[in-house]
Amino acid sequence: MIEIQNLTKQFGHLRAVDDLSFSVGAGEVLGFLGPNGAGKSTTMKLLCGFLTPDSGSIRVCGHDVVNEPLQAKQRIGYLPEGAPSYPEMTVGQFLKFIADIRGLKPADGKQKADEVIARLQLESVVLQPIETLSKGFKRRVGLAQAIMHDPEVLILDEPTDGLDPNQKHQVRELINSMSSEKIIIISTHILEEVNAVCNRAIIIAHGRILADDTPASLEARSAYHNAVTLRFADAAKRDVARTAIGALPEVASTSIGDDGRLTAFPKEGASLLATVTRLATENNWQMDELALESGRLDEVFRTITSAGEAQS
Amino acid sequence: MNIVTTIFRRELASYFATPLAYVFILIFVALSGVFTFYFGGFYPRGQADLEPFFGFHPWLYLFLVPPISMRLWAEERKSGSIELLMTLPVTTWQAVLGKFFAAWAFVGVALGLTFPMWLTANYLGNPDNGVILAAYIGSFLMAGAFLAIGACLSAATRNQVIAFIITAVVCFIFLMAGSPFVLAAFRAWAPQDLVDAVASLGFITHFTSISKGVIDLRDLVYFGAMMVFWLTANTIVLDLKKAD
Repeated sequence: MIEIQNLTKQFGHLRAVDDLSFSVGAGEVLGFLGPNGAGKSTTMKLLCGFLTPDSGSIRVCGHDVVNEPLQAKQRIGYLPEGAPSYPEMTVGQFLKFIADIRGLKPADGKQKADEVIARLQLESVVLQPIETLSKGFKRRVGLAQAIMHDPEVLILDEPTDGLDPNQKHQVRELINSMSSEKIIIISTHILEEVNAVCNRAIIIAHGRILADDTPASLEARSAYHNAVTLRFADAAKRDVARTAIGALPEVASTSIGDDGRLTAFPKEGASLLATVTRLATENNWQMDELALESGRLDEVFRTITSAGEAQS
Repeated sequence: MNIVTTIFRRELASYFATPLAYVFILIFVALSGVFTFYFGGFYPRGQADLEPFFGFHPWLYLFLVPPISMRLWAEERKSGSIELLMTLPVTTWQAVLGKFFAAWAFVGVALGLTFPMWLTANYLGNPDNGVILAAYIGSFLMAGAFLAIGACLSAATRNQVIAFIITAVVCFIFLMAGSPFVLAAFRAWAPQDLVDAVASLGFITHFTSISKGVIDLRDLVYFGAMMVFWLTANTIVLDLKKAD
């Protein structure tokens, strides 16, 4: 359990984290979203005890991060932004160092190191100095370091940054495989990642929480939620269809996207799919595609963060 | 204590993972020889002792310790690994001590490798080996004081060049504090107590008495206190500004 209460951190004139309060329980995978400079990394650094808050409190598994830093840090695995490590060490030496510092017994540490090496597919680079590794490998070494002592809390600052699609997939699988028993907090600006691994998302900007919800409910806030999108090969037929759909009582508005697709937005709470499908069959429209939108997270993200912008 | 040892071992190994260690040791040993034989007049003196050898140590440390100490924290800041280190279950003190002892041990290795000088003196005559041992201890303590200053100043910046220059300047001030030149400048206006205080802060005063074989508790306390003071300052600097 992580409990954050009225957390505030100021850098000079900039209030990076502004009266932030939330708590996260076991089994939750929390995605931390926000524009650059929103305070995501600062919040994570505060959580891990790297920065000291100006006011407010953070408790990790019952231990106050400021007053009992060692107990709290023992329960946290942290991947800092950019996955820093000691470049001149080999992967094996580095993991051994982390195991020693984490207080694992030599035999235990060896076993844990072998486990994470296998889990993150680092076998081929164990003897290589970290500075010679590619960005993807460095990131995975950082992840290996963070999960090695099987922490109750995992805090990952942009864990998939710099990875190729296959590696991203692997890391997401890894996170999913650990999610049931741990508390995991991930910061990211890749929105698809939120859908892939998180069961809760917090959007912050200017150090304040703008939204705190499940990814599905966030998507539901989108204007595209339950909208129906159609694609026609022929633009003239599309315009005919647009007029017909626009006349339906459930439809609030219609639009043509940049890609030429026609999207019909429903009125509050209305459902369009059945009606539109019937209309299409009756008129025998030649469509290439007909899709029900669940909502677009990037659009919700933009709406929420730009509204926050306007407020401040 | 286990954690200090772990950090100590990692740091010490990191010196030897790069050419830095070998370059440093080579230059340290070579220069100390050059100073002793050419500038110290080791042969013409006709005495079997190592006074000319140890006499140059303060000046050797003045420009060879800053390159060792400058990377201690500035590099961690620059690469961001400080964020990793300080979020591991490690106290600031443990990190400061582990790093400091590693740097000190490393300079100790370099100092130990000057043993051919000792062999030479023993081959040529019958030096007082007790005095030589005392001088080695004094030199090692002085290196520790230099390193403690450097470690603290390295923690204050992420730029290694700045750390180097400021460390060299501060060490120079401490070296010169006991010199007749500085004391004369103080004597002109300051009360005798202040002149004595400044004189007692000088590295050379304390080092010279040890290197003559006089192990006075006050000199040991002086170097010990210097290290404690600067390492405490190092810890405070880190706690105040870990992130920037």
